[in-house]
Amino acid sequence: MTGLQGGKSGRLSRLSAAYVVARRDFMAILFSRSFLFFLLGPLFPIVVASFAGGVGAQLRDTVDRPQLGAAMTDKDVTAMLNARAELAKTLGDIVPKVVVLRRLAPGESYDPAQALAGGRRDIGAVLTGSLDRPVLTGTKERIEDWRGPVALIAASAVGGVARPLPEVTLQSMATSTASERTGQLLTAQAAQTLLFLLTMLLAGMVLSNLVEEKGNKVIEILAAAIPMDAVFLGKLFAMLAISFVGIAVWGSAAGVFVMSADSGLAAMAEPAVGWPAMIVLGVVYFAMAYLLLGSVFLALGSLATTVREVQTLSMPATMMQLLVFFLASFAMMQPGSAAETAAVVFPFSSPYAMVARAAQQPGLGQHLLAIGWQSLCVMAIVRAGSQLFRRRVMKSGPARGGGLRVFRRKRQTELPESAH
Amino acid sequence: MAGNAGVMSRALAIEARGLVKRFDGFTAVDGVDLAVPEGAVYGILGPNGAGKTTTLRMLLGIIDPDAGYRRILGSERPHDVARAIGYLPEERGLYPAMKATEAIAFVGALRGLPLREGRRRARKLLEEYGLGYAADRQIRQLSKGMAQQVQILGTLVHRPRLVMLDEPFSGLDALNQGKLEKMIRGLAAEGTTVIFSTHVIAHAERLCDDVAIIAGGKVPFAGSVDLARDRIPAQVRLETRAVAGDWVHALPSSVRREGRFWHFPLPDTGVEPLLRTLIASDAGILSLSIERAGLHDAFVAIAGEAAARSLAADEGGEERK
Repeated sequence: MTGLQGGKSGRLSRLSAAYVVARRDFMAILFSRSFLFFLLGPLFPIVVASFAGGVGAQLRDTVDRPQLGAAMTDKDVTAMLNARAELAKTLGDIVPKVVVLRRLAPGESYDPAQALAGGRRDIGAVLTGSLDRPVLTGTKERIEDWRGPVALIAASAVGGVARPLPEVTLQSMATSTASERTGQLLTAQAAQTLLFLLTMLLAGMVLSNLVEEKGNKVIEILAAAIPMDAVFLGKLFAMLAISFVGIAVWGSAAGVFVMSADSGLAAMAEPAVGWPAMIVLGVVYFAMAYLLLGSVFLALGSLATTVREVQTLSMPATMMQLLVFFLASFAMMQPGSAAETAAVVFPFSSPYAMVARAAQQPGLGQHLLAIGWQSLCVMAIVRAGSQLFRRRVMKSGPARGGGLRVFRRKRQTELPESAH
Repeated sequence: MAGNAGVMSRALAIEARGLVKRFDGFTAVDGVDLAVPEGAVYGILGPNGAGKTTTLRMLLGIIDPDAGYRRILGSERPHDVARAIGYLPEERGLYPAMKATEAIAFVGALRGLPLREGRRRARKLLEEYGLGYAADRQIRQLSKGMAQQVQILGTLVHRPRLVMLDEPFSGLDALNQGKLEKMIRGLAAEGTTVIFSTHVIAHAERLCDDVAIIAGGKVPFAGSVDLARDRIPAQVRLETRAVAGDWVHALPSSVRREGRFWHFPLPDTGVEPLLRTLIASDAGILSLSIERAGLHDAFVAIAGEAAARSLAADEGGEERK
């Protein structure tokens, strides 16, 4: 034996210890074949999200369909309402629902742009002018969509659909409250879905990682050398770092796709906090959602002794997370409601609810508060999980009474071997 | 071999008093006291399920005792002196995809050794112990014995002052057991405290200054190996030509006969009075030897007594219920 003396006392700080574990896990996963599968993983959520997006859009169209606001003379408005009602009998929702914004006195003027900017959120475009010369004001996409139906309603209001359709004058404006809200809702929904799917994928991976650790018995070496919460933190952050590599790869691909599209990000509804803040918050909330769920999964993993037990224990956690996602999705549609407040405060739904808020409500202060709250919860769960691990897992020896039986048996079978 | 007096006069690397650990109502460790002097090679002996591993885990801070006191290298919080401790758990564990060098360096890194230095030392250790050819092989490519040696080197790479080994010889072939014994002697020669648990007494007898015998979660004996052996009277082995006669009544009542051989504990008065009787009655003494008890016999006797006491206490408890 040479050179094995002189070790200094002391211990690694929790962060340094967590870093040692995280570095090992990160490198091990990064250079494993499973990382390739992890990179391919998002293909699955994309397919699911496309499907969910289709269903969501259908739902949104039903629940939150923008309406055509009319600001015309009393006679024209009445004729428009009647004509729309008649047409709707055969064409259904193809013809937009008409709501009266104002019945104008002869010669009275009306500013449709102002109505769209500060008025009702459900108005998609405003119809002014007369039945012969209708003027449609709204976002470019909306007024082009509605040009035909509006001409049809106007012609029908004048004397029947057999008449030549009047020329509809289009007045385009950047956005309307309704289309902005719809767009923001879409952004919020996309952000929530992405967050949820990535989180579930990662939390499952971190659980497998811990189970593998218990399987190959390294866990006791870790537990003897460093505090257990440092082990948990290291494992959580390693997987988070892996996910950032994945996000970087997929984010770059998505970025190239978006930028190469006709109008890039400008074509999408801008989130209430703006795109730069939205992206940063999206990443932070993803990290928080993952850390929260991952820490629960780690705690569950530490309680289990077999892979089967892990699967049994993780099932309720997965179900709970689905419920949490549904709560956050439901809350998103009802800003300011008690359900939304509950979703914001409950730690496991908080990241989803807050990312939806970022898309729909301006202001960053609330996000700082939420991130602080979520971080506290992560620390508390990691701490509780590591305590459980120390209490429940690291035990050895026989059950009560068995010790004596084992001892008697061992005296007969093992002790003679020691005589040599 | 140091005696118990020596134990008392040297600074203690490990001191434990009244350690208790219960799991789901079962008392795995029940009031264990230990005093391991610095620089000693100390054995914790006991049958399987006696509480050895639980005791080591409590000493290391992997689990906390329900009652009692522990002090490791002067600290009551084992993790605070983690850099100075090396630990080999009973259930061996390494990452299968890791290379041997990396595995050793990683264990060192957990104890605060920079990774680069850990790799350098790992290569050196592997060379020293004849495993240099395996330095860049993955753990899954090594035999079980080789992987175990790699893990033992990981226990030592950060040059700990205290090395704790839980059943270090299990799983090793005779050659590698010899290598490990040599390694432990080398560590002791350099002043490192080594504490190891085992149920194979021969290793402890060859290596240890002091031992603690654990049975049923208690420590019925702690002290030097000599002291343990002295708990059992020396055995007399007598061979006679005749196997019957009046002289047989002069033998102790606990005598056991195997053919011409008679076995009995050495009487307090010595063997000389008996010899005179045997010669006078023409028993025909062919051979006579007095054998001092080995640690194995002492262990069986001490642990057996403890188990019997524990069983009686359990049965008494059941009856009272």
